[in-house]
Amino acid sequence: MNLRSFLSRDATLNRVVPPSGFTAILTLVSSGVMAFLAVFTLALAMAAGDLASNWEAELAGTATVRITASDDVLEAETEAVLTALSQTPGVVSSRRLDLSEQLELLAPWFGTGLPLDELRLPVLIDIMETAEGPDRTGLEQRLAAEAPGAVYESHGRWRAPLVEAAGRLRTLGYFALFLIAVVTGVMITLAASTSLAANAQVVDVLRLVGAKNGWITGAFVLRFTVRAILGAFIGTLVGIVAVALMPGGIETGILSGLGFQGAEWIWPVLVPIIAGGTAAGATFLSAGRTLRSAL
Amino acid sequence: MIELDKVAVSFGDRTLFSDVSLILPPGSFHFLTGPSGSGKTTLIRLCSMEMQPNSGQVQLLGKTVSGLSQNNVSAMRQRLGVVHQDSRFIDHLSVAENVALPAAVTGKTGRHTEYQLEELLAWVGLAGQAKNLPPELSGGERQRAALARAVMLSPDVLLADEPTGNVDWDMSIHILELLIELNKLGKTVLCATHDLNLIRQAKSRVSAKVLRLHGGAIEIAGAGL
Repeated sequence: MNLRSFLSRDATLNRVVPPSGFTAILTLVSSGVMAFLAVFTLALAMAAGDLASNWEAELAGTATVRITASDDVLEAETEAVLTALSQTPGVVSSRRLDLSEQLELLAPWFGTGLPLDELRLPVLIDIMETAEGPDRTGLEQRLAAEAPGAVYESHGRWRAPLVEAAGRLRTLGYFALFLIAVVTGVMITLAASTSLAANAQVVDVLRLVGAKNGWITGAFVLRFTVRAILGAFIGTLVGIVAVALMPGGIETGILSGLGFQGAEWIWPVLVPIIAGGTAAGATFLSAGRTLRSAL
Repeated sequence: MIELDKVAVSFGDRTLFSDVSLILPPGSFHFLTGPSGSGKTTLIRLCSMEMQPNSGQVQLLGKTVSGLSQNNVSAMRQRLGVVHQDSRFIDHLSVAENVALPAAVTGKTGRHTEYQLEELLAWVGLAGQAKNLPPELSGGERQRAALARAVMLSPDVLLADEPTGNVDWDMSIHILELLIELNKLGKTVLCATHDLNLIRQAKSRVSAKVLRLHGGAIEIAGAGL
């Protein structure tokens, strides 16, 4: 008879709390569901963050000049604007958008096949700027003098609220993750308290044989941590698959960035570990409080 | 070793003891007897620190029990072996795991302890049931398993509450022999029982004193027992 396994401290610590029951299911399911929600929230927060960064990167350092004038002076004003821009410090390059590019810009609102030649559209000049950008006031004054129909647009007016909105969405996502962690902690605290009450006989026997509170707490912490990690692992896996199956493509807008890339994968991988840490902390506090109050 | 000084215990309006004093020296063997409800189990529970008296003091292994922290009580219990009438076990652990619990919770898991566990299971005649679960044991087997668990850490004191309460005469004698054997190894034994035949059987083989609880007081029983 091999009795070594009966004597292993870790083996006993592992097995002393019953492996099944209502609290086991509660811990497993709640940590699984919370991990699933956490992965989804993470993906949304990351997508919002990526979107904000992309918008910022794409629009920073660019500007547009819009020229609205009568047909007889439109070309002359366009030439004057291009000349002025080429002589302005802080402007890297400037070019007039051709008809196909203007069609592409209008397509999301009016669809394809737009009869552009029948519409009276302003001329658009795309500008690439240095990091410091041009002297805006000076440029606007020169444009007003040489091309009265030209309006300089730095994109900042509509870029800032978009970037701010995406940033807030990301912050909300992180706050939701915090709430998920809190709810997970509360659920596991409830499960651990219930388990301690349901296993009063186990606690009695352990005390009778001289187990200290720390040892009993350790047994419950181990059991609940393992359950929470297992549940969270399953929830994370399902969450990752669900995120991967989300439709992609430009038509889906924000959803096109949903998912994890490169170093971002560390976050879903951390979800089961954080769930385990939360479970360990919650069980430790709950068991400690219960055992102290039941001398 | 065990000293009760003017101990009083009451439950609500009912006073069980009002002024019980008792000294059990090291290596002694005492039976505790008395009618049902006289307080035998309560006295064992006082000695095993499972409850506190309403007044008076309990001294165990040279320490006053009242005011001890939970961890100190646990440390003291590691020097006590307790066998309850209802033989409480952790039902999803095997008999061997239950018997080994005192060693596991104190981190004593070496080869010597492994050998000791094997010896203990053989000593109480449960080597063949080591892998069984406690609910699969008979009443006598449960009492013997509880006894093996109680002496796993070679305690200084053994407290047994009706250890033969649920078993037949042959098994009672077997358990009594185990208690006598422990006493001969120098352990202090306090055994609560209502079985006078068992006490008579023991008195012919070991120098045991008999304490009788009656009417809230404790007295040494005479030869007419």
